[in-house]
Amino acid sequence: MADKVEISLNINGRDYSATVEPRKTLADVIRDDCHQTGTHLGCEHGVCGACTVLIDGEPVRSCLMFGIQAQGKKIRTVEGLADGDRLHPLQQAFTDNHALQCGYCTPGFLMLATGVLEANPDIGDEELNDALASNLCRCTGYQNIIKAVREARDKMKSA
Amino acid sequence: MATQRNDMLGHLGDSVNRLEDPPLISGRARFVGDVNFPDQLHMRVVRSPIAHGLIKGIDIAAAKALPGVVAVWTSDDIADIPPIDFREGSNPQLALFRQYALARERVRYVGDPVAAVFAEDAYIAEDAAELVELDLEPLPVLVNADDPPQDFKDGQTTEAAVVEQGYGDIEKSFAEAYKIVEVDVKVGRHSGVPLECRGSVGRYDAARDVLEMHGAAKVPHRNRETLCRMLNRPASGVHLYEGHTGGGFGIRGELYPEDVLVCVAAMRLDRPVKWIEDRQEHLTAANQSRQQRHKIRAAVAEDGEVVAIDDELWLDQGGYIRTHGTRVANMTTGTLPGPYRIPNYRSVCHFCLTNKTPAATYRSPGRFESTFVRERLMDAIAEEMGMSRLAVRRRNLIALEEMPWGRDLDVLGDSVEHDPGDYEGLLDKTLEAYGYDAIEKELAERRANGELVGAGVSMFFEKSGLGPTDGSKIYVDVTGHVEVVTGGASIGQGFETAMAQIAAETLGTDYRRIKVVHGRTDRIEYGVGAHASRATVLTGTAVYETALQVRAKALDMAADLLQTPADRLTITDGVVHPEGNPSGPSVTLGEVAEALAPASKARGKRDPFLMGEAFFHIDHQTYPYGLHIAVVKVDPDTGGVDIERYIIGYDIGRAINPAMVDGQLVGGLAQGIGGTLFEEFAYDADGQPLAVTFADYLMPTLQELPKPEILLTEDFPSIRTPLGIKGAGEAGITGASAAIASAIDAAIGVPGAVTQTPVTPQRLKKILDARG
Amino acid sequence: MKPAAFTYHAPTTVDETVALLAQYAPEDGRILAGGQSLVPTMAFRLAKPPHLIDINNVEGLDAISTAGDVIAIGARVRHAAFHEQVCACPTGALLTKVVAKIAHLPIRLRGTFCGSVAHADPASEWCAVAATMDATMVAKSSGGERLIPAADYFEGVMSTALAEDELLAEVRIPKLPMDAKVGFQEFSRRAGDFAIAMAVVCYREVDGRIADARVGLGGAEDRPRRITEAEAALNGQAAGPAAFDAAADAASRAVDPMEDAQNTADYRRDLVRAMVRRALDDAAKG
Repeated sequence: MADKVEISLNINGRDYSATVEPRKTLADVIRDDCHQTGTHLGCEHGVCGACTVLIDGEPVRSCLMFGIQAQGKKIRTVEGLADGDRLHPLQQAFTDNHALQCGYCTPGFLMLATGVLEANPDIGDEELNDALASNLCRCTGYQNIIKAVREARDKMKSA
Repeated sequence: MATQRNDMLGHLGDSVNRLEDPPLISGRARFVGDVNFPDQLHMRVVRSPIAHGLIKGIDIAAAKALPGVVAVWTSDDIADIPPIDFREGSNPQLALFRQYALARERVRYVGDPVAAVFAEDAYIAEDAAELVELDLEPLPVLVNADDPPQDFKDGQTTEAAVVEQGYGDIEKSFAEAYKIVEVDVKVGRHSGVPLECRGSVGRYDAARDVLEMHGAAKVPHRNRETLCRMLNRPASGVHLYEGHTGGGFGIRGELYPEDVLVCVAAMRLDRPVKWIEDRQEHLTAANQSRQQRHKIRAAVAEDGEVVAIDDELWLDQGGYIRTHGTRVANMTTGTLPGPYRIPNYRSVCHFCLTNKTPAATYRSPGRFESTFVRERLMDAIAEEMGMSRLAVRRRNLIALEEMPWGRDLDVLGDSVEHDPGDYEGLLDKTLEAYGYDAIEKELAERRANGELVGAGVSMFFEKSGLGPTDGSKIYVDVTGHVEVVTGGASIGQGFETAMAQIAAETLGTDYRRIKVVHGRTDRIEYGVGAHASRATVLTGTAVYETALQVRAKALDMAADLLQTPADRLTITDGVVHPEGNPSGPSVTLGEVAEALAPASKARGKRDPFLMGEAFFHIDHQTYPYGLHIAVVKVDPDTGGVDIERYIIGYDIGRAINPAMVDGQLVGGLAQGIGGTLFEEFAYDADGQPLAVTFADYLMPTLQELPKPEILLTEDFPSIRTPLGIKGAGEAGITGASAAIASAIDAAIGVPGAVTQTPVTPQRLKKILDARG
Repeated sequence: MKPAAFTYHAPTTVDETVALLAQYAPEDGRILAGGQSLVPTMAFRLAKPPHLIDINNVEGLDAISTAGDVIAIGARVRHAAFHEQVCACPTGALLTKVVAKIAHLPIRLRGTFCGSVAHADPASEWCAVAATMDATMVAKSSGGERLIPAADYFEGVMSTALAEDELLAEVRIPKLPMDAKVGFQEFSRRAGDFAIAMAVVCYREVDGRIADARVGLGGAEDRPRRITEAEAALNGQAAGPAAFDAAADAASRAVDPMEDAQNTADYRRDLVRAMVRRALDDAAKG
């Protein structure tokens, strides 16, 4: 065990401090030390995307970063998507379109889609498919996820 | 699919939004990894790195000495804990093959648990696990179930059982056959692989003398029974809690070695113990499935009638027999005849252990396999007889007027009795709806232009609603909110929503006023969980029966309150009012509940509370049916397969929530395509697993999957259930490998080319090269 | 799957970085850039570096320079930097073509070009590009700077000419002439997976004949390389099916493919033929 170090993370606009080993992954720090358990671990080797969070606006896999590396960055997780009781358009579209079943992959997909749509609100269907293929879902067969993200894209554009 | 109508009350047939969704889309769900207790320990399992060997010694000294490590156990530390028993009760014939929580004497597959480390955090636990030194003496490894059996133990061979089913006269049928058609086909090893790995948290509450296991799923009540017997504790002293579950698919929620370990450790170490499986463990430790080889032959009459089927198969069970016993063998042999008459039938299953991860059920167990095998045989018959693939099927389908059609075959303790259904009618309807003739015509033209394109059809019958019984309790409180308590389980399939819709329709209220309890042994005494597409059929019907009871009680009480005969009252959106007069004198369900409170004078001699409890018993399972049509394009240079179109026709009987049914079919198909083209737990000759990461175990991304077209019919509601419900959980997967295999054959112009799944590009390229 | 413990270093200058490398490389200290390959390896505990030197805060490593006749890519340039063409030249077009096939978006946003080249997975797209285009690797250590040509750089599966105390500070890719045509194709089981075989090609047409052809392969052998036999089959021929088929056949004959549990040498050879053929078509399309 290496010495623990004190780090400070900004998640969804709130500062958290934690004393962790440098080897602790960002995903584990978010979950264990900051108690934001909406970010899920599906593989811990960067393939499934369940742990996707936004770092300075970009979707990244939080199992492939160490918590210590995320200091000074703006981290966004699924807990920060809704505005109080008002769901984010993507959250609304996911429930409206049955884009989830067990819901385990859902936070990762929501954050991936948020990052993609914020960076490119006019993204075309094909490019969107390419981006959404980053993450794995084992329940839905993806069709409703595609439908939901397209619907949210169109609504966010017209809003 | 019906469009979104969120203003609906969520009655039967409404595609309303799911009750499950709000916590899941906002990050507030509670999966087992999210369950924490103060002072908890983290468990890490040390697993065998070899496939078969004698345990000569285990040195735990270095691991134990690591700061932060509280205990390290080997099998000696839990010598009093018996092996994990079968879910359906003990079975002396199979008892020898059961798995202990930690291996004794021998390890039997890569991943077999041999020691457990308990430490202050998961990182330290993993550090310590690396320090446990295993002295293992390798033994000969058996990797193929169809190789000669080896000694298992005490003179018993690895052929643990021979499961045989059949009826009629096989010898005579084959002696008199016009033609005998034979195929030899293999189904590859793959499994459910939910996106959430397994996990469990054991906690012993000494204050109440209750052992709790969090992270239960699928069959909490059955697992409690097994744990009570293993740990010699009363049912009142063991409770299981199901939180959110990140996918089930048959593999999650069985009682596994790690579940037993956290429970025992929580009691003996007197601290909560948390175990969260990692993905690499999952791919070697959780139940795998499917692997079978069939040598199957058919006796065919001159007109294409399949007079008899004679099947011999080898089922690769892996290192031990887990909770399911021989269930998959039973379901394979019991469902293989499918939707066809097959007047004479025999299937002999060699249920063989090997040195691989233990196998058990995965979504559509036995039917995914037997449908592939049977439909490959039907295609071969078509080829041999010079008939079209559809003509052979039409010749043999059980006709509507022959229903119900019984067979002397056993499926999960129930003799097969097909519900009335129009198999050929659904085939025609589906072909018509999507213009199958035109599809075939276009494909023929493209083939003539050199493209490798083709279509294939598979037909199947499903089974759902495994009985014999289930119950529920319903309680309406004074605010008019309803609690439905079930022994069911929610594994992501929309169980809460389905139960709420049934209760809402029956009670006459809004489904959003209903809370559904599941997976809690402390709330209801009985439950058989969520498996075998049974939840909606059986638990749903129990909820219906209970809701009828509560409705009757509400109307009876309201009749007093409104001075109107009960049979002239009805309930709409939670309000009791005269039939045909919604604005007449009325009371809310909450007010009725208040009138039925124990101290209420209005109650009279009625039992207190607006509540009910009822059981539903089913005579036979329901047997929904359907077909799959695949259109594929093969890349001659790479062997890659692109699914251009996919069509499913399915008779659901009655859909509670069509959008959820659609989701089950599309999601099931995705897994079916995975198992047909991508996913495989391959092993090398030493029994080393080759797929231990998500870079090797290839689950499809959205780029590999088609958008299926689905014809969902409600033509034949089940005669077994009052609501006519049949299951939907497995029909999306059952016919997938059969349809795709047939389509590939057609695309490359080689009938019978596909004899093995998954059809990887490497395998298909070999077939293409052999074709010349 | 929790990584083994390590000491974390976060230098802010190249000098500091190479000094740390000099100190810790002998005990398997490693550079952490995007982490998209290293961290999974650590999660499986196949790598247990006791020291990680994180270069994400080092100044001056995140630039792409397109001045002159090379595209120079700094150590911390992410794959995603090539989503938009970095240079209005065929090489820039090639990089944009290729990046779309690298893993998935979140990996591309975090993983680095130089990290891939330093890691030297045989199936790395950037390694195939570097080998085909005869890139130059700029290695820095406390002892100074050294230039390594691609032909000398790739030594085998995840093995390169970089010394353990050297930082791959930059990769320089020569710019192709403006009239060069470029093509890229790969075959993988799923979208975003490591390819089983890939081909990078380019050529010019002079008086209706192919000139300056380059055909490079990745994923098929233990390291990426140019296939001179295939290039010879192209040069001097008219661009079209006959020459492309000949080049594809030549490449397929020339390779010495890796074998693994799933892929036989023959299968890889067939894929090489198909990928070279399709990459040439891709190039011809413009």
